[in-house]
Amino acid sequence: MRAPTDPDVAAGEVLLSLENVSLSFGGVKAISDVSFDIRKSEIRAIIGPNGAGKTSMLNVINGFYHPQRGRITFKGETRAEMRPYRAAHGGIARTFQNVALFRGMTALDNIMAGRTLKMQRGFLWQMLRYGPAMAEEVEHRHRVEEIIDFLKIQEIRRVPVGRLPYGLQKRVELGRALAMEPELLLLDEPMAGMNLEEKEDMSRFILDVNDHYGTTIALIEHDMGVVMDLSDRVVVLDHGIKIADGTPDEVKSDQAVIDAYLGVAH
Amino acid sequence: MATNAAPGADTFPKLLIRNADIYGTRPAMRHKDLGIWQTWTWKQVLEVVRAYAVGLHRLGVKPGETVAIVGGNRPKLYWSVMAVQMLGAIPVPVYADAVADELAYVLAHADVRFAAVEDQEQVDKILSVKERVPKLHEMFYDERRGLRDYDHSHLRPIDDIIVDGRKALAEEASLSAWLDHEIASGKGSDPSIILYTSGTTGVSKGVLLTGERSLKAAADTVAFDKLTENDIALAYLPLAWVGDHYLNYAQGMVSGFCTACPENSDTAMADLREIGPTFYFAPPRTLEVLLTRVMIRMEDAGFIKRKLFHYFIDVARRYGDSILNRQPVPLVGRLFYGIGNLLVYGPLKNVLGFSRVRVAYTAGEAVGPDLFNFYRSIGLNLKQLYGQTEAFLYVTAQPDGEIYSDTVGRTFPNVDIRITENGEVLFKSPGMFAGYFKDEAKTAEVMTPDGYVKTGDAGFFDEKTGHLKIIDRAKDVGHLNNGTLFPPKYIENKLKFYPNIREAVALGDMRDFVAVMLNIDLTAVGSWAERNNVVYGSYQDLAGHPLVYDMIEQHIAEVNHSLAADKVMAGNQIKRFLILHKELDADDGELTRTQKVRRGFIADRYAPLIKALYDGSREADISTEVTFEDGRKGVISARVKIRDMQTEPVPAAVGKAA
Repeated sequence: MRAPTDPDVAAGEVLLSLENVSLSFGGVKAISDVSFDIRKSEIRAIIGPNGAGKTSMLNVINGFYHPQRGRITFKGETRAEMRPYRAAHGGIARTFQNVALFRGMTALDNIMAGRTLKMQRGFLWQMLRYGPAMAEEVEHRHRVEEIIDFLKIQEIRRVPVGRLPYGLQKRVELGRALAMEPELLLLDEPMAGMNLEEKEDMSRFILDVNDHYGTTIALIEHDMGVVMDLSDRVVVLDHGIKIADGTPDEVKSDQAVIDAYLGVAH
Repeated sequence: MATNAAPGADTFPKLLIRNADIYGTRPAMRHKDLGIWQTWTWKQVLEVVRAYAVGLHRLGVKPGETVAIVGGNRPKLYWSVMAVQMLGAIPVPVYADAVADELAYVLAHADVRFAAVEDQEQVDKILSVKERVPKLHEMFYDERRGLRDYDHSHLRPIDDIIVDGRKALAEEASLSAWLDHEIASGKGSDPSIILYTSGTTGVSKGVLLTGERSLKAAADTVAFDKLTENDIALAYLPLAWVGDHYLNYAQGMVSGFCTACPENSDTAMADLREIGPTFYFAPPRTLEVLLTRVMIRMEDAGFIKRKLFHYFIDVARRYGDSILNRQPVPLVGRLFYGIGNLLVYGPLKNVLGFSRVRVAYTAGEAVGPDLFNFYRSIGLNLKQLYGQTEAFLYVTAQPDGEIYSDTVGRTFPNVDIRITENGEVLFKSPGMFAGYFKDEAKTAEVMTPDGYVKTGDAGFFDEKTGHLKIIDRAKDVGHLNNGTLFPPKYIENKLKFYPNIREAVALGDMRDFVAVMLNIDLTAVGSWAERNNVVYGSYQDLAGHPLVYDMIEQHIAEVNHSLAADKVMAGNQIKRFLILHKELDADDGELTRTQKVRRGFIADRYAPLIKALYDGSREADISTEVTFEDGRKGVISARVKIRDMQTEPVPAAVGKAA
C-alpha cells in the first residue's frame, strides 16, 4: 500500500481548486463556504456522514450544480457558469452512486460511448462507416480494447450490461469514464454494495488507473479502510461544512472528525 | 509405426527449426490480444525464440539447469519453454493456480535459479515465499501492469529479453553460429522438461521426460489421429499439466499444427467458438458443465424450439453414434438425422465451438454413458484415452469407429501393457519418463525390474472388444471369498450414473457376495414422486417407499445385466441392497470434503446394517448420530428394509483375472 504522504503529491501543482463555495437549494444549505484543492495525480477522498454534502460537492465540480457563491479554478482557469458537457470536454469524467449505464447495450458499446467526445467525424460519416470514419472507429476501438484489457473484462465484452452482476457493472462504468481519458476522474462511492473481494479488485483498479494513466482521482467512499489505504489526502465534510483536510493519518486523529462520526451533542 | 519426425530431429529445438523450414508461413500460434487474434508463423516463432534464447544466455541461463514457467496459456510462456529447451536447460512448468506454499515446494525442489512468470500475481506469490527458494535469482514476466514500481534488480519483462537477444544477434555474427551449434549438440536423451504431478495423492513428484522419447510418443499419436499442419487446437488447460504439454505443445511441434491461446482464462468458451478447433480435449467435468448449460437454456426456449430440440436429440440418440461409426443405418434414419443436423446439431455444435472438431478426447475420470453418448450422437467424434504423466500421456486410446463409453480403448501402438495378479495395470511406452527428479527411491518404487511402470490403477481387458477397462485404484480393489476381483468404485460408478442414485457404497471385500447401500437423489426422486403422486414427508420417508425400492431395484437389475456381460466382473453382481435412511454427509464424516465415500468410517457406523445385509435379514434397525447445519447433534433411528436381487447366470469359470 502507498505511503501516507507522497512527497511529490504534496508539492504537486494544483489541478482544481474550490474557494469558499456555497450551495443551497431553497432554504437548505448543502455546502457552506468550503475550500479545498485537488492536486495533479493524487487520489483525493471526500468523506463524511450521510447528508454531509459529498455528492453535491462532486456535482459542483463537474458542473451539474452551480454554487451561489465561491470560485472554482480548473487547470488554472476560473470558470463562471459551468455545464456538465463542458466539464466533460475539459477532461472531467465521473461514475455514479447508482450505476448509470445503457442497460440494453453491451459492455463494449457502453465503453465506446465514452469515446463520443473524441470522435471527429460527424454523424453522417459515422453512419457510412467508410474511409476516415472507419479508420477513426478502429482507432477508438483500439483504445477501448486497451481499457477492457486493463479492467480484465474481456469475457463480458459482448454481454448486455443489464445482465451483469453489480460488481461488473461498476467496472464497466469505470471503463466508460476511463474511455474519456479524463484528467480528473470523479468516483461516487465506487465500492458501495460490493463484497470484500470485489472491493479489493476495485481498489486495485483505482490504484492502477492512478499509477498507469496518471489520472487524478477524487472519490467518495464510506468504507474507511478503503479510504485510508487508497487516498493521498482526505477532506471531511459534515453538514456541508469542511471540518478537516489532510493526510489519512491526520484526519483519523482529528477530534472534529471523530465527533462527527461518533455523534456528539452539538 | 510410421513416424513424422524428420531424421535427426530428436529434440524440440531441432524440430522447431524443421517446422520453420517446411511449414514456414503456416500459423504456429495464435493469441487474442486487445480483442484481435494475433498470429505467428513457424518462421516468426523460430526468430522470436532464437532471440529469446540468446537473451536468456546473456542473463546467465546455463545448459542443464532448470527454469520455472509459471502462468496460463500465453504465447510468451510457450516460447519460454522453447527458448529454455534451445539452451539445453530444462523448463519446469508450474500450475498457475498453485498456492504460494506448493509453488515454494516445487521451485525449491527443482532448484530453479530463474522463473518466467505471467504477471504481477505470480511475481507477488513468488516474492512472498522468497526465503524458501534461496536459489531463485531472477524472474521474467510477460504482463507489465502493476509491476512498474517493483524493484527491478532481479525482475525484467520477457519482451526486453527478446529485444536484447535480437540486438545481440544482429551485432555479433558469431552468436548465431554459436546458437546453431548449441541446438545441434542437444541430445535426444537429454531431459526436455520436468512436469510436476498435481500432488492430490501426497507430495508432488517431478516427472522427468526426455526429448527423444517425448517426440516418439507424439509422433505415434499424430499418426494415429492423422493430425497435420492444417489442424488447430485451443490451449486452455493448465500449461503445467501433461495433457497440455503433450496434446498441444508436443503434438503441435510434431505435426506443425497451430496452437491458439485464449484471451484469458475466462474467455475460453467464446474463444473456442471463434477459433473452431479441429482437435479438442476436455475432461468429463467440462463436458458435463457444457451439457447442463445447453439443457438449461433449452428449458427456457420457446415451445416449438424445445419440442424440435428434444425430438431431434431423440433421433440423434438412435442413429447418431452409428452414423459416426460408419455402421449401416436405415435410409429413413439418415434422412431424419440429416434434417436434425441442419436444424439442431449443426447450430448446437457451432455454439459450442465444435463445428470443425475432427478428433476430441476426454479422460481423467469415468465418463457417464449418457453424457458421452450425447456428444457422440450430435456428431462430435469424442473418444476416450487412458494415460499418465509417467507415460507421457497415451497408454490406451479408442481408434475411430471403435467407441464405447465404458472402455478407455486399445493398447496404443508401440505401448506394451501387462496386468498383474491383483489387477494392476503396468505399461511400457515410447514416451516413458526417465525417472522422478531427485527421487530415485520413488522411481524404483513404481518401476518393475523388467522396466514396466506401475500405474496404481486396476483394470482388465474386455474380451469382446479388446479394450482396456479401468475399474479402480489398485489399492482399493479387493477380492470376494471365491476369489473374484472386487473393485468397489467400478460398481459404485455404474450405479451413480443413474440420476436417481446419489451415492453408493459397495461391500464385498472378503465376503461371499456383493451388497450395496444407496442414497437416492432427493431432487431426481422427489420430482419423480411428484409426477407419480407419491406422498412423502422427508428423505427418510421417500427412501423407504416401496415404489422407490422398486425403481432402484430395476436400476440394479440393469447394472447386474451389464456386469454379467463381462466375464471378469460377472461375479460382482449385486445380491442384496438397501437404501440408507439418511444422506451421507461430509458434516457427519461419511464423505470427504471432496464428496468421496469414506469406506472405513461407514463400515463402523453402519455395522448393524452391514451385518443384516449378510445374515439374510429382511430389515434392520439403525440409529445414527447426525450433525445439523448449526452444529447441534441429534439422532436418527430407522428400520431399513433390505431387498434381494436376482442375479444372472455367471459363466462357469470365474477365477482370478489373468
